[in-house]
Amino acid sequence: MNISRRLFIRDGVATVTLGLAAPAFLADIAQAQGVPGRRLVVVYLGGGNDALSTLIPYQDASYYSRRPSIGIPAGQVLQVGTDAAGRALGLHPRLTALRSIFDEGRLALVQRTGYENSSRSHFEAGDIWGTANPQNSTGSGWLGRYLDTLPRPVDALAAWNTTDETPRALKSAVTGVPAIANAATYNFASPNTGAAAQQERNTAEVMASNAAPGRPHLALINGANLGAIETLDRVAQARTYTPTVAYPNNGFALALRTVAGAIVRGIGSKVYWVSTGGYDTHAQQGPNGGGYANLMGTLGDGLGAFYTDIRNQGLASDTTVIVFSEFGRRISENGSAGTDHGAAGLMMVLGGSVRGGLHGTAASLAPGNPTLENSSGDVHYETDFRSVYAKLLDNWLGVSSVPILNGDFRAGAPAIF
Amino acid sequence: MSQLDPDIDHLLRRAGFGASPDDVETFRGMSTPAAVAHLVDYAGRPDDVDERIGRPDHVQVSTNNLFAPDIDIDDARQRWMFRLVHSRRPLQEKMAMFWHNHFATAFSKLAADSGTKQAAKMLAAKPGSLRGPMGQVELFRQYALGSYRDLLFQVAQDPATLIWLDGQFNTKAKPQENFGREIMELFSVGVGHYTEPDVYAAARVFSGWNLRKSDGYDDNDINAYQEFVYNADQHETSEKTFSFPIYADGSRTIPTRSASSGMQDGIDLITALAVHPETARRLAGKFWNFFVSEIHTPDPAFVAGAANAYLQSGTRIGPVVYYVLNSPWFNDPAMHFARYSWPAEFVARAIKEVGWQNFSVDKTRAPMSNMGMALYEPPNVGGWPLGAGWFSTSTMLARSNFAATLASSQKSFLAVDVQSQAGTPQALMAAMLERVTPAPFDSMPQQALLDYLVAGGAWSGSDSQVNTRAAGLARLLVASSEYQLV
Repeated sequence: MNISRRLFIRDGVATVTLGLAAPAFLADIAQAQGVPGRRLVVVYLGGGNDALSTLIPYQDASYYSRRPSIGIPAGQVLQVGTDAAGRALGLHPRLTALRSIFDEGRLALVQRTGYENSSRSHFEAGDIWGTANPQNSTGSGWLGRYLDTLPRPVDALAAWNTTDETPRALKSAVTGVPAIANAATYNFASPNTGAAAQQERNTAEVMASNAAPGRPHLALINGANLGAIETLDRVAQARTYTPTVAYPNNGFALALRTVAGAIVRGIGSKVYWVSTGGYDTHAQQGPNGGGYANLMGTLGDGLGAFYTDIRNQGLASDTTVIVFSEFGRRISENGSAGTDHGAAGLMMVLGGSVRGGLHGTAASLAPGNPTLENSSGDVHYETDFRSVYAKLLDNWLGVSSVPILNGDFRAGAPAIF
Repeated sequence: MSQLDPDIDHLLRRAGFGASPDDVETFRGMSTPAAVAHLVDYAGRPDDVDERIGRPDHVQVSTNNLFAPDIDIDDARQRWMFRLVHSRRPLQEKMAMFWHNHFATAFSKLAADSGTKQAAKMLAAKPGSLRGPMGQVELFRQYALGSYRDLLFQVAQDPATLIWLDGQFNTKAKPQENFGREIMELFSVGVGHYTEPDVYAAARVFSGWNLRKSDGYDDNDINAYQEFVYNADQHETSEKTFSFPIYADGSRTIPTRSASSGMQDGIDLITALAVHPETARRLAGKFWNFFVSEIHTPDPAFVAGAANAYLQSGTRIGPVVYYVLNSPWFNDPAMHFARYSWPAEFVARAIKEVGWQNFSVDKTRAPMSNMGMALYEPPNVGGWPLGAGWFSTSTMLARSNFAATLASSQKSFLAVDVQSQAGTPQALMAAMLERVTPAPFDSMPQQALLDYLVAGGAWSGSDSQVNTRAAGLARLLVASSEYQLV
């Protein structure tokens, strides 16, 4: 077996710098080792994120009058300045790690993203964001269509989904996306050992390579079976990664840690998919100590660890992270100190090449304001979410967005790169 | 080939969880209509499965302390898997599983609200075992083939649902939309057949449908409980108008009522939704996918027939299932293996077919989670991603590795069972396919399996060769793509 010397060195250095900011030479070594190619890490906040608790218009009196028990007190928000409309904004107090990235100019906050006639159904809205098609949200996803543009034969790890289920966004016509939720259990077990175990793996691979003509459902499962077997060895490489920082001990952070391992090990995936749930906060979302604060802690601390780790490895400038949810929530709190399904939301984009700052303008929450909809119950969108997708496709992944999005959404896109 | 008629095997995969050796004895020689009646008319079968937990000739359960499936969710998961393997009423378990996905309620949110013991109790407690309402899944067992209207009414008052969909907080001043939306979007008519104003009206209809706690309530007291209460003073009494008929005369408006009689609002809406033709069609479509095929689009004549059976019987599910299982579509051989197994179906069937000696269902919990289906933990209110959605590299690997775990546990037993039939690789293969029943193999995978048997050297049929290869073959069969279809 050929053990790569550069991986050995990298782990040696990483181990002694655990938990500390990496010295400059570490980044230099990593850059010199250069993992080629840009990558996109997509973070989905499942359930409909209450954007008004993530990025708080803390000088808007209506924010507090409409959210008497769940409004984040102005004195606690992490101020990030004023937007183009002169509205003062602050991040949730548990997002200290993201505020640091914002201060470095590497976190873009794209306000009021959405589309006309926003769906309030989790499933329909999720499919709309996935397909990038509010009119017909069945069929392939926007990232799946991107993957289909890659030269054939496409690498089995062209994309890496860290959840069990393939999200709509990654559904593709001709590119299988492996789901590798937990690299540690991603192996091939046998009731036997030695040669017999290896022969089982070989046999399973041959069986799964049956194209199964006339049996498309069988072919689909064969695709999953074969995709698993073909990716086993490289995933095992990513699994041995020792990060340069301590990640929090939760599923979200561990998924990001897996992604970091794959990036540092040079697996070469173009797209990674990570999700974290619990955002359907109909009740008890709390002002600062409740359920929502825990969500923000998980999100901010996880992303903070990931960004620091990747930066320590000298790979931040090749990595962009986007964060989105299927809809925002209603402006006024409900009777259970929570919020019901709403409309426009907040997208976040961060990475070493991102042009950070406040993009777009906040809504004014006073009833009757034209930035609102649904009898002033919800925030109306300002930036079409597809224009952000367009920017990521055209300016980051380097493919033309127009055929992938089935339309030209480049106009009005926020200047995130 | 299996020891049963292919039509009976098909029926047992769909209306049950496959055939164990006991099931083979029960159904051998039975006609298909008799087998359907045996499964559907399960009231005549003994409901003794829980009493058999712990018997040495059954699959085992494992626990650190006393086995406590009423208050410990891991034990509740073991109890359910035990029932899937050993119940004499497999269709009742099958329907409970269907309703568990349909009314998908997750343990984690209940536990965050009321603690792990109360959450397990609300989902899984057996009726009468502890003070307070029975667990939600017991409701599903009780109403498995009963009136859907009645089931909706029970679910609307079920403590787990009231926490899961926030009905506990639905008040006059601040009507809560969560349950009002989902009862239309997911439990009845579906997207496209209700409007946003209907959601607001439904929220007001169910205002005051809340929870109350037992005297001296404490999360950690296993006899403490929460139960449904209609809080008249939290009910919003004004009239509510919908975009669809509420009453038989076509009226779309629930009238203003006094607070004390305001619970009738919810009863009227539930009834209207239950008898709505779109609900009938939507359930018919779900039954097509659950019983008939996920590969063929629902035949309109089937949907019309099943919907009609539902409406004509006053929303009873039993006649619908009878219609489905006796229909020409269900009994068309083209529908054999035309569904993607749920992890619960896959695991239970694998245990029934490969064997369970000295095997504990506790060994199914982590693998099922990796397969994407932890019982009592659906990913969201929409339920699990069914059909092809079950299959990714990660979840397929989890199925594959469960096959290895199971085959490993049965290694010596399998070797003894097939030793006398292992004269040639072909004979061993035939013997194994009598008990493990994947969809038919194309010639290439079939040949790969035979090649595996002699990959370590020419066939001698020695004890050590049979010991290795029988278990390896069982692993490969259960992990095959063909076996994932039911």
